Amino acid sequence: MAYIQGFGAWLPERVVTNEELAARIGKPASWIADMSGIDERRWCAPGETVADLAVHAAEDCLRRAGVSPSTISMVMVASGTTERRFPGPASAVADRIGAAGIPAIDLPLASAGSLFGMSLASRLTEAYPRILVIGAERMSAVIDLNSMDPSTGMLFGDGAGACLIGSDPGEWRVVDSVLHSEGAGASILQLPWNGPLEMQGVQVILQAARKFPAVVQEVLARNKMTADHVDHYIPHQANQNLILRIAKSLGVAPERFISNIRMRGNTSSASMLIAAAEAELPGQTVCFAAFGAGVHWGSLLAVRA
Amino acid sequence: MSRHDKLVQVLQSVTGKNSLPGDSESLFDAGVLDSFALTDVVAGLEKSFGIRIPDSDVSPRKFDSIERIETYLQDHGA
Repeated sequence: MAYIQGFGAWLPERVVTNEELAARIGKPASWIADMSGIDERRWCAPGETVADLAVHAAEDCLRRAGVSPSTISMVMVASGTTERRFPGPASAVADRIGAAGIPAIDLPLASAGSLFGMSLASRLTEAYPRILVIGAERMSAVIDLNSMDPSTGMLFGDGAGACLIGSDPGEWRVVDSVLHSEGAGASILQLPWNGPLEMQGVQVILQAARKFPAVVQEVLARNKMTADHVDHYIPHQANQNLILRIAKSLGVAPERFISNIRMRGNTSSASMLIAAAEAELPGQTVCFAAFGAGVHWGSLLAVRA
Repeated sequence: MSRHDKLVQVLQSVTGKNSLPGDSESLFDAGVLDSFALTDVVAGLEKSFGIRIPDSDVSPRKFDSIERIETYLQDHGA
């Protein structure tokens, strides 16, 4: 049995508005809002690293959960925007939060990374009873507003989210999770070495608009539930129009979908956990879902413990 | 009803647009389809023609015009 024991988040100070981006991409600020539902996003200061973001989110999560870092048994850090090929930031993050010596695993999965981390963590708690899962991204370092399609460059923000998953009873009990990967779509969204992020926006939306609702239906059907049973959906915050589309496909009110994309932008693997940390979740059932580069996608169902 | 007429009916019903471009013209360039609308069209085709269109086949290239969609349907026995 695995429980979600808390969430945490951290965002850089610098606010980047649509007005600031509009001048750089040659589109009106209102076009950015209409295309994405985003009004502003946060970007890192020069020199801030993925590990810096991850440490802040981890500390927020541990503080909120009332847990000492010395009791953590594993750290996972999902990120698609790390500064070097290896090592990834996980071991440094574990060290800096005061949990040196425990296994620290990097998940270079981009947008679906934290969902994969949550799912794996929930299945590992017998051996590792308290696992800190972090998604941290410095998306501003991998976009080039001068060369990219304006509809891609304007989406992204920086930030980190975290969640603690363990065997001790917590706020939410993880019921089940489903993960999928499909390499045939690997080139529709990628970050080449030395290059800015490349996204075939139409293809990504097409795939996400089909796979997102399907994987939610899959985890619900496995547990003899329907979309209406879920009080809160917490999706990867890719694009507000996509979130509305998923709600429509599932036949549930958009109000059940937690969305903070208007003020945070798309922070890739961090987005779902930032949204969870910032949300009020009074209901009894929550369903996380993510889709991202790879392509990787999945869902995780939890009920109030 | 012919395959072509049935296809046109799906496109009109899903997009709410009665006036469609010529068979070989791009539905995207004509503003009839965008990525979200194409998802609806694919679902409509699956229902109307009783076929399953795998995610890997859902691309603007294959569904860019009435002619291309009709070819796809023909190749898949619809």
